[in-house]
Amino acid sequence: MALLQAHRLTAFYGDFQALYGIDLQLNAGETLAIIGANGAGKSTFLKTITGSLPAAAESVVFDGRPIGGLQVAEIVRLGISLVPEGRRLFTSLSVEENLKIGAYGRRDAGYWSLARVYDLFPALAERRGAPSQTLSGGEQQMAAIGRALMSNPRVLLCDEISLGLAPIVIRNIYAALPEIKANGASVILVEQDIVQALQVADRVYCFQEGRLALTGRPGELSREAIHTAYFGT
Amino acid sequence: MIDWVLGWVNTLLQGVMLGGLYALFATGLSLIFGVMRLVNLAHGDLIVLAAFVVLVLMRTLGLDPFLATLAAMPLLFAFGYVLQHALVNRTLGRDLLPPLLVTFGLSIIIQHGLQEAFSANDQRLNAGAIEVASVQLGGGLAVGTIQLVILASAVGVILALNLLFYRTELGRAFRATSDDPEIAQLMGIDNRHIFSLAMAVAMVVIAVSGLYLGMHASFNPTIGPARLLYAFEAVIIGGLGSFWGTLAGGVIIGVAQMVGAKINPEWQHLAGHVVFLAVLVLRPRGLFPRAGD
Repeated sequence: MALLQAHRLTAFYGDFQALYGIDLQLNAGETLAIIGANGAGKSTFLKTITGSLPAAAESVVFDGRPIGGLQVAEIVRLGISLVPEGRRLFTSLSVEENLKIGAYGRRDAGYWSLARVYDLFPALAERRGAPSQTLSGGEQQMAAIGRALMSNPRVLLCDEISLGLAPIVIRNIYAALPEIKANGASVILVEQDIVQALQVADRVYCFQEGRLALTGRPGELSREAIHTAYFGT
Repeated sequence: MIDWVLGWVNTLLQGVMLGGLYALFATGLSLIFGVMRLVNLAHGDLIVLAAFVVLVLMRTLGLDPFLATLAAMPLLFAFGYVLQHALVNRTLGRDLLPPLLVTFGLSIIIQHGLQEAFSANDQRLNAGAIEVASVQLGGGLAVGTIQLVILASAVGVILALNLLFYRTELGRAFRATSDDPEIAQLMGIDNRHIFSLAMAVAMVVIAVSGLYLGMHASFNPTIGPARLLYAFEAVIIGGLGSFWGTLAGGVIIGVAQMVGAKINPEWQHLAGHVVFLAVLVLRPRGLFPRAGD
């Protein structure tokens, strides 16, 4: 069952075209990884899904409903939540306030609550009153994921969540993924860390210069195919 | 000697009282700047406009100034929301110039609209006996009751705004939008609605400012820009985005003006501006800057 579909999705920054007709499908319960080099259009793709960049109505379909071109705030309320690249926590809010604001647009109760986010990331519970800027990089990433979960999303978009973190911290964060998936979220991971992405993803999409270069299940893709799709030639 | 000391204590006291009024003028400006990074050049004129609204409600409904202000609050709240929604929101963006130009134009429109409607004559909001009442502090020192009420109102308004900003969901949304408007939208926050609510709340603070503007001294449609200047200086001295800093900034300007006036009556306004410049040189981010600014 397709939960989220991109259909011939294009994106522009002014006159510059960043995406050339992307077709992508996320099924309920799946974890997708989008990989690709810098500038391949991975983050741009997420921005068109969340409404930060304009998209034609029919080019993004969520739960059978065209959502391209809706306001960012409306799309969140429908159940698509983004963990932005670089964490982007609110600097004048405490850790707990950052989590609470994640539930701002939520209409009904769901699995995720403050207590459940603290259970998932115990490190945050200890720092709940601290200004968000005083957290370590890993803790900030946990807070950013927790903040996105607080809206009880049906689709969780994660943009480069391992960027700039130590391997052990990355493992800790990825360890939370099964519980997130078990409680109603399907996941799209945008990663430059291919090894990490291939380990957890059900299917992989590789972008190259705004186009889809390769897609398939991690076990069925050869190293050479991925290498070619990633770098071109 | 003792007279000399009491004279200076009295000057400082009067300065603090005057500072309460300046802090009230500045709080609305501080709120708007804190939430949407907009320097509202029409702020002084909106205070004058509020004073005229209170005046009209006093005359038509036969209310005293305090009740008339209470009646004016919902009207000005709604006016603020519509003003932001229909006009100012359209000017906000990466370019800083459009909102400055539009609020500058608004300032001129308000001044001339009020002159057209009420003439350029001086007006007052007469509060009766409270205007001449005073509180004796011993040693021959006294402060006007109305001055104390103004200072207490400034503290009350700032306490209320701090509760709103740090204890409510709306306050969290105000601060989050101020920190990072792009990410705030990803939380489901409609920035334009939040900005309109911020302007609406600011107009309630402006209602209180207008009341005391008209009670403290006479006013006419042209005095708005000078109020904006004091308010702006108080906000900058206090540090952008901190309400208690804004109160401190108002008091510093009030005290500087009174001290200047005691030395030479011609120096009252100059002294306030000199202190403002001195703070700008020594602490460019103000005395109580917010983290991350």
